Amino acid sequence: MSASAPSSASPGPPVDLAVTLGGTRLTNPVLTAAGCVRLGRDLEQLLDLPALGAYVTPTVTLHPVTGPPGRRVVESPSGFVHATGLAGPGLSGFLATELPWLAARSVRTIVSVAAASLGEYAELARHIAAAPGVTGVEVRLGPPGAAALGLHRSDEPYHAAKVLATVRRELPSGALLLAKLAPLPGRVGEFARACADAGADGVTVADAAEALALDPTTLRPALGSGARDVPHAGLSGPALHPIALRCVWEAHAAVPTLPVVGCGGVASAADALAMIAAGATAVQVGSSVFADPTTPARVLAGLADLVSGHGATAVAGLVGYAHRPEHAPARTLATPTEGPEGVRR
Amino acid sequence: MTSGRPAPGGASAAPSSRTVHVRAEVLSRKKVGRYHHLTLVAPGVAERHRPGTFVAVSVGGPDSARLARRAFWVLRARPAGAYGGTVELLVAERGAGTRWLTTLAPGATVPLTGPLGRPFALPREAVACTLVGHSEGVAALQSLAERLKERGCTVHVVLAAADEAGLYGALEARRAARTVQVVTEDGSVGLRGRLPDLLPGLLEAQAPDVVYAAGPTAVLHAAAAAAEQRGAWSQVALTGPMPCATGHCLGCAVPVVGEDAVARSVRACVDGPVLRGDRVRWDAWGAPA
Repeated sequence: MSASAPSSASPGPPVDLAVTLGGTRLTNPVLTAAGCVRLGRDLEQLLDLPALGAYVTPTVTLHPVTGPPGRRVVESPSGFVHATGLAGPGLSGFLATELPWLAARSVRTIVSVAAASLGEYAELARHIAAAPGVTGVEVRLGPPGAAALGLHRSDEPYHAAKVLATVRRELPSGALLLAKLAPLPGRVGEFARACADAGADGVTVADAAEALALDPTTLRPALGSGARDVPHAGLSGPALHPIALRCVWEAHAAVPTLPVVGCGGVASAADALAMIAAGATAVQVGSSVFADPTTPARVLAGLADLVSGHGATAVAGLVGYAHRPEHAPARTLATPTEGPEGVRR
Repeated sequence: MTSGRPAPGGASAAPSSRTVHVRAEVLSRKKVGRYHHLTLVAPGVAERHRPGTFVAVSVGGPDSARLARRAFWVLRARPAGAYGGTVELLVAERGAGTRWLTTLAPGATVPLTGPLGRPFALPREAVACTLVGHSEGVAALQSLAERLKERGCTVHVVLAAADEAGLYGALEARRAARTVQVVTEDGSVGLRGRLPDLLPGLLEAQAPDVVYAAGPTAVLHAAAAAAEQRGAWSQVALTGPMPCATGHCLGCAVPVVGEDAVARSVRACVDGPVLRGDRVRWDAWGAPA
């Protein structure tokens, strides 16, 4: 982000970290990314989910999914190549086990969903909307290997719009609806526009990138059973951050009024602030949790200092900062004239 | 990329937490056979350690491009010492990450999370136990042997490796064990052969009620099968890649059959690493060890 943002000479007033996605107010902009943070009692205190802006669940499918046999995750430079096949307990398993756990801890929960058809999307949305303790739904429009996993294809903005309209119809009016897009620089803008028109409250940008890892010994795909079919593998982690950042920029430029949730390789507060400056209202921390389970807490703890270091009193005031003219001092972004999100008094 | 930088020497979780994330400081490193014996100051980890739990270490330094964690058995945990709580790890060079660990000088720090996973189940009564350790898997068994002896159990230890340089802990094992049997594949020391071939005969002589095993998957499978054949219980400590080691990435899935006889997949890191040998669906396990 721009180095010309003025630094505050003395510690200013406390930084307002609250952000608004659609009609949903979050106490801070740090979320988890779908499928990257799983529940477990031993690690509860390292993660402190109730302190985060929201928890995005592992992707829920209508039916339970066992996941592929064989290796599922390999390390790659600054990232992970993974093929877990959306393994999970299915809708009823999720509603019976994970959701009550989250509700009991007052974790603000956004349920990630993926489905094979519009009918399945409607069924998922209907049941999730009726469950207590759900803040919203995030629809995965472009997970790696969508076709191999038998998921509904959203190759074109038109398809994405139909999915979102279907899910929107089943959700109560106040529920948050996010669309998670594939990392496709050059196309993210048109997808964002279609999602906004179809009733999405925001777009999450971006999913893991389609990828491949080969076993150096066998020279076959390293993930799954090593079959000749290209497995449904995706790349996540800091290696993806510049591409995700570009996608956030494009989505924000295409539809400036649509909130963007930045996702891809966020491992530090500086990464998160870069996403915000590129146009993200909130950020998701994903596979960096694998390398350091305290990453979400660390990003959150560092963000306020960074925001005030750039002369802003509210994180919302820096959203899209990188798109603005060079001479605009950050401090003025937090004045009441900038809209409700930057207002402090 | 900034990797985890918890406060130096400070636990970043409340004392009631079962797992802590600390920046562990290297106290000493020495070469033992093919391994590096690493002593780390890791406050809060040693106090919570139970035999069978493990620690995850980040490799490559704060700006590393290697993000997967490396999992290690805790060879010995000392809750209180002159330097605070320490843990001792047995590191075998298996790739660039573990090689980096073996170059650390005293005073260097590494992010460390632990203890992780479920420990070995201990018998309520003083029964006969055989502990089977292969290569660095031996590190999982040393504190277990001591704990079993304290309970009055008869402890037999079988130590195995490809060759003499891969053997570790024969002397230490003698302190807690009634018998120590050494096996090498090349016959450089002890019995010559492979554990899957030799274990049935060894167990025949030792007649254990419980078999504990740690090492490569083939060894665990052999130990579980040999125990089952004799009607003994088995507890196997799983090894293999655990990219996050904290249950999030699903990279260490193990096919098992539950108490309800339903086949499912569990995570070696948080649902294990110790599982009952008869619960693992060995034939369905496609993951390389």
